[in-house]
Amino acid sequence: MSVLDRAESRPGVARPRAEEKHRKSLLLDPRPQEELNTMVLEAMQRTGREYWIVVGVLVVLALAAFLGTWLYMIFSGMGVTGLSRPNYWGTFIASFIFWIGISHAGTFISAILRIFSAEYRRPITRAAEMMTTTSLLVAASFLGIHVGRVWVSYWIVPYPNQRGLWPNYHSPFLWDEMAIITYLIGSTLYLYLPLIPDLAMARDRLAGWRGKLYRAMALGWTGTEGQWHHLHLAIKIFSVVIIPVMFSVHTIVSWDLAMTKSIGWRSSIFAPYFIVGAVFSGLSAAITVLLIARSSMKLHYFIREEHINGLARLVLIFSFVWTYFFFADFLTEWYGGDAAGHTLITLQTAGQMAPFWYTMLFFNIVVPWLTLWNGRIRRSPIALLLITIGINIGMYLERYIIVTGFLRRNHMPFNWGDYTPSIVEIGILAGSLCTFLLLYALLSRLVPLIPVWEVREGQLTHSLRRVGRATVPTIAELEE
Amino acid sequence: MAEDKYKWGMAIDLDLCTGCQACVVACHAENNVPTVGEVETTRRRSMHWIRIERYWHGEGSELRAEFMPLLCQHCEHAPCEPVCPMYATYHDPNNQLNIQVYNRCAGIRYCGVNCPYKVRHFNWFDPYFPEPLNEQLNPDVTVRRRGIMEKCMFCVQRIRRAREEARALGVPFDTEAVKPACVQTCPTDALVFGNLLDPESRVAQLARSPRAFLLLEDLGTKPSVSYLKRGESYVRTG
Repeated sequence: MSVLDRAESRPGVARPRAEEKHRKSLLLDPRPQEELNTMVLEAMQRTGREYWIVVGVLVVLALAAFLGTWLYMIFSGMGVTGLSRPNYWGTFIASFIFWIGISHAGTFISAILRIFSAEYRRPITRAAEMMTTTSLLVAASFLGIHVGRVWVSYWIVPYPNQRGLWPNYHSPFLWDEMAIITYLIGSTLYLYLPLIPDLAMARDRLAGWRGKLYRAMALGWTGTEGQWHHLHLAIKIFSVVIIPVMFSVHTIVSWDLAMTKSIGWRSSIFAPYFIVGAVFSGLSAAITVLLIARSSMKLHYFIREEHINGLARLVLIFSFVWTYFFFADFLTEWYGGDAAGHTLITLQTAGQMAPFWYTMLFFNIVVPWLTLWNGRIRRSPIALLLITIGINIGMYLERYIIVTGFLRRNHMPFNWGDYTPSIVEIGILAGSLCTFLLLYALLSRLVPLIPVWEVREGQLTHSLRRVGRATVPTIAELEE
Repeated sequence: MAEDKYKWGMAIDLDLCTGCQACVVACHAENNVPTVGEVETTRRRSMHWIRIERYWHGEGSELRAEFMPLLCQHCEHAPCEPVCPMYATYHDPNNQLNIQVYNRCAGIRYCGVNCPYKVRHFNWFDPYFPEPLNEQLNPDVTVRRRGIMEKCMFCVQRIRRAREEARALGVPFDTEAVKPACVQTCPTDALVFGNLLDPESRVAQLARSPRAFLLLEDLGTKPSVSYLKRGESYVRTG
């Protein structure tokens, strides 16, 4: 019987609002452990007709739009894209940056909130980490899609070879590859580690192919004191280590652009600017995915309004920060006094990029600033779904403008040229979205989407205490 | 065998260029540069290794065109070189040439993005040489396939051939006699090619001329091609 329950049983004392809030966000209405397990396992196995229809459609679209279009492009040549001489990079690189950005949500929510002991993170970490891994896979495939001869792209991997060539470590593209491989391995391990107790839980309760799969994946977890100790230690180490890796990834992605001599790109602010943008779009995508997963998998017990509310507040904060960086970058170009740079500003504010530019500002600044300060909107799933999808459209347009817009102008006016993505590029972009959703949908039925043991741990260790008039959540450190 | 050091360069006299495009045709013939046709050209996918940039000045009866032949500047600090992860574009230390190794290129197009002169060209499709153009392909030059970058290399095959012939005959290598296809073809002698390390060479003398300037010099790329200013800006009036 915790302190809280005693407080609750006191007759005639209405619970203050703050207490109610903590109670909700920390899931302080514990149910029996077995009930939690069953809820998560049922959600994982809920593969009704609707699910298979969605998966079937996604498989068809992913095969046709992603693989099919890509193969068509490989066999006919990059000419089927809209790329041309000044615009050597196009939507492929923009999409690459976009998907890398989405992958930042998982690490941010999971690792950073874990380190800062933001306790409300517990039920939503897994869903966010799964986004990291799946979107990184999609992003990495864009590096292959982008190159002209994908069949020799393995040359970029540094290994002793008969060609006697070592890749060029001066090239930001190679840093990119290193950063992404590191991040992919790191984030997959980071997804896997907290998964082990849940897999063991599933192993003990499921038979058939699932039982066999989880037996192999649970690595013989029995839940002894020693195993828990090692697991907590490993998670702690990983959540510290993965954060610099996360920052390095988007820093290096931004350096792909910032290390060049192209006007608009050669900006020293790009690394933090891109990281903030990535977390901004990643958090929004996390909200979108959580809302969809919650309603389709009936996880309302675990994913509460308060969690979504907390993420929505973070989105608003990142919208502020992003706006600052956006404005600073714009201002530098404005005051730079470079005639070529000024053509870029005109291109965005009044030129061909203007529709995209104003849409981006609308979705990334106007909409979040006008809506997300309001608690009722932050708690409304429909409104948040629309706002967060809008933010990701805006963030895609931001990358589109930066990558494809800025390349249209250079120092030699004879070589200015426009760019319109071809149907192939649009198809591959749409296909990449379907691939991401497909991977996520499959993964959500293969591994428990809610870290049951972490939720349970939170419920066991938290209690609410009154300090004077305030109600504060306290945590008993069971971990160490 | 230790090779001699050269720094090949070019001087382009803008006063002498008439914009006749003979250099463009010669380059296409010499280097097996594919022609891409009208449609692709309007999509700015033409692959002229040397092109005549045309800038219009004035209006009405005062309207006049000014021509600027633009080819790879063979920069000493070439922006295209460090960004290639495969060393497909690299600096030939003996000739100070900016060399594209076609077989190493994976078509990332990073070099094309980073080239401020936009003189690198991508093979968007497999090259197509309609009859009878296929009969005149230069056997000294590779035909490139789709998906790789290519660019002017100062007709490195001609430089090599001339040097090896001189070595075989046991005579000193006359760097003044080497001429890339564009230089050989130019009817007004607007293009001058040679070894910049030899101070007496014609190109070195022209590069020292007060009319000489480097294109986008403030970017610090140190091009090997110098341009000689056009009359109006050079002749002092009054």
